[in-house]
Amino acid sequence: MNSFWIATIGTSVIAFALKYSGHSVPEKWLSHPKIQRINALIPIALLSALVAVQSFSEKSTLMIDQRMVGLCVAIAALMLKAPFPLVVLSAAISSAAVYNWL
Amino acid sequence: MSVSLTVGAYGVAFGAASVANGFSVLQSCLLSLLTFSGASQFAVIGVLGAGGSAISGIATASLLGVRNALYGVIMAPRLKVHGVKRVLAAQVTIDESTGVALGQEVRGTDEMKKGFWYTGIGVFVFWNLFTLAGALGAQAMGDIRAFGLDSAVPAAFLGLVWPRLTGRFERLLAVGCAFFAIAMTPILPAGLPIIATAFIAIAVGLKK
Repeated sequence: MNSFWIATIGTSVIAFALKYSGHSVPEKWLSHPKIQRINALIPIALLSALVAVQSFSEKSTLMIDQRMVGLCVAIAALMLKAPFPLVVLSAAISSAAVYNWL
Repeated sequence: MSVSLTVGAYGVAFGAASVANGFSVLQSCLLSLLTFSGASQFAVIGVLGAGGSAISGIATASLLGVRNALYGVIMAPRLKVHGVKRVLAAQVTIDESTGVALGQEVRGTDEMKKGFWYTGIGVFVFWNLFTLAGALGAQAMGDIRAFGLDSAVPAAFLGLVWPRLTGRFERLLAVGCAFFAIAMTPILPAGLPIIATAFIAIAVGLKK
């Protein structure tokens, strides 16, 4: 079994264990208002970090490229209250346009 | 449904990238079926593709997968499922399903559940179909950037976080975490800058 198989299976097993453990935490752990508040804040933190990292980096290198244009267009679309598919589509089209023609 | 289509389509990019990084078509499809968490999957193929060990690949992917456990904690009291249904719910507990469910919070628990299941299953189906397509067509497709796919996913994440930025405090946290993650990217191993922001959320949540 080579490292690619170990990585495939190991990642999958741990990924499911993490997901399932989240669903199996006793409900009373959640009754505390601070826990609920933290639970609401964590997705904001992680999703914002994901937006940033996926827009401005390639592995461990920071870079500004066509994705920044896509991100700006997405922000503009959201500020104009565009529906979700339009936000994503406009980001993809503007990014592809910059990449292909600039 | 739109979330499902959008993010499912990004599966093409994963399938293609996975094969380009040395994983077989079968391994790529197994990652999408079993791991089913985009960021974790990209992390593991990225680490191994760059010559990293299986252990470091698994560790990076798993750090990214911790947030799915946190999503499970959010969703479990709303879904109230047991047995096989809990196994299924756990498997489709990802950014998109949880994000859509939380977006329906004002409309009540039933709408949240509906959002969670439709999005989770929809993304699962599209993600896996398109992973297979991407893996098979890896050579033919060439450059995903030419299709704007590299911008579609951050835009999707942005669309998911946007409705949650209800006040000044939330917006400040979002911007702060974004800058923190970027600043840490050249320093910390891939994946850690993102997971570290969860601890920022915990710290400010405890303080406030």
